[in-house]
Amino acid sequence: MKPSAGGLRRVLPPLVLGIAALTAWELTVSLGRIAPFILPAPSAIGHELIAQRGNIWDAALASGLNALIGLLWGTAAAVLLAMVASRFRFLADLSLPLAAVLNALPIIALAPILNNMFESTSSLPRRLVAGIIVFFPVFINTLRGLREVNPVHRELMTSYAAGGWTFTRLVRLPGALPFVFTGLRQASSLAVIAAVVAEYFGGLQNGLGSRITSAAAFTAYPRAWAFVAGACLLGLVFYLATLLLERIAMPYRI
Amino acid sequence: MTAVSIQAVSQVFNPGHTGEVTALSDVDLTVAPGEFVSLIGPSGCGKSTLLRLIADLITPTSGTVEVNGKPAGKARLDQEYGIAFQQAGLFEWRTVQRNVELPLELRGQSRAERRSRTAEMLELVGLADFARHYPAQLSGGMQQRVAIARALAVHPPLLLMDEPFGALDEMTRERLQTELLAICAKTGTSTIFVTHSISEAVFLSNRVVVMSPRPGRITATVDIDLPSPRDEAVRQSPAFFDAVTTVRKALRAAA
Ligand SMILES: Nc1ncnc2c1ncn2[C@@H]1O[C@H](COP(=O)(O)OP(=O)(O)O)[C@@H](O)[C@H]1O
Ligand SMILES: [Mg+2]
Repeated sequence: MKPSAGGLRRVLPPLVLGIAALTAWELTVSLGRIAPFILPAPSAIGHELIAQRGNIWDAALASGLNALIGLLWGTAAAVLLAMVASRFRFLADLSLPLAAVLNALPIIALAPILNNMFESTSSLPRRLVAGIIVFFPVFINTLRGLREVNPVHRELMTSYAAGGWTFTRLVRLPGALPFVFTGLRQASSLAVIAAVVAEYFGGLQNGLGSRITSAAAFTAYPRAWAFVAGACLLGLVFYLATLLLERIAMPYRI
Repeated sequence: MTAVSIQAVSQVFNPGHTGEVTALSDVDLTVAPGEFVSLIGPSGCGKSTLLRLIADLITPTSGTVEVNGKPAGKARLDQEYGIAFQQAGLFEWRTVQRNVELPLELRGQSRAERRSRTAEMLELVGLADFARHYPAQLSGGMQQRVAIARALAVHPPLLLMDEPFGALDEMTRERLQTELLAICAKTGTSTIFVTHSISEAVFLSNRVVVMSPRPGRITATVDIDLPSPRDEAVRQSPAFFDAVTTVRKALRAAA
């Protein structure tokens, strides 16, 4: 896409708003309205962001890998189970409330329990938490997509005497793809949040979450916020990568 | 042999329930090979139901349906017919080319066969330049032409169409009518065409079958004796207007 007047008009307002907010924040802190240990000035955070960029990068890679693995297995499980559930009405009806219960499970509660189930040097509990969080939005959306088949498509495939797996492969799965991506867009940011938050409960000290807690414990607030900013960027990267993948997977959507 | 033979067919939906509907009652209809027959009648008189019975998308409560001398179920499995609906129903994730190829693919035709047949069909409906486009990039009229190309791709002896031009503007509609007739003449396809436009039925058909609702049945059959090929001159001719009047009277009498 080439930059256009419309594109500029879309980018400009949030950019202006963001700069205005940062300026207001900076002024509020430097004029002494908020104590720097409650909320450091953006300039202080920016300074730490640059000073710590190597550490932030390493920590983001560690957390990002956990989030990615969680995203992959959570999505695979959700799509496969949605395919199974969509074949049998009673399974679909049964699985929706079950998935809702799973979704209501707070990761805050889950993470410490999973942490204790594995060695303290294992990344597995974080990847499990991320996958469980990813499962719900992808499962719900995929199931809806698989069940919503255009009636004309259904009749056409019947007229071609195509049913069963042929029908699933040629109509139901491609038809459900936009729904899968609706779920993935929500899940991609959630996976990062889950992977980072899961680190708050001990275990390996290699990710963004553990860096945030340790910096906060040393009252190094600007550094803690710099790692928080790193987590935001990581979430954004996951989200944008999902959007890009969606474009590539569905070139027919214009 | 007849293209379609329907004998004493009745169709009752939800029998024994509160929503019981007699969609068709004791319908007989025969279509000769190469014949173009239109079904016309008010909404709910069972036109779509009759077409779906011929297509074996539903099975009749009683009576028999034969296509090309075979029971409708066997004919469907043998892809003896192509079908098109009011909605083009293209698969939006497939290009125009791959949409038209789908029925051929399901018949197990080789890639080369599919390619050449699809090129031929797209040529026929005037969309050869759009083979690589996606449906979302086409206008409604173009999508409907792709749907017709797809319905004709296996060279079926029978073409079933349920208000295929219903959602199109008058200009596009008339152009597609002429194109459809040319295609059917060229391929020798028998056609059953559902419409609720009297002039469309008259312009296209060798025979117009008039139906009435509650219960759905055939109340009249009007033979249309107009010269072929049917062109703009035919549309303006007194004989055309006479036939329109005859069908309109039959529809009035049925109501
Ligand atoms: N699957 C179905 N279940 C119940 N009733 C139906 C079904 N299909 C059609 N009908 C009913 O049968 C009658 C004829 O419908 P249809 O064949 O669609 O009419 P038309 O195409 O002439 O408008 C209508 O009263 C309609 O409500
Ligand atoms: Mg209808």
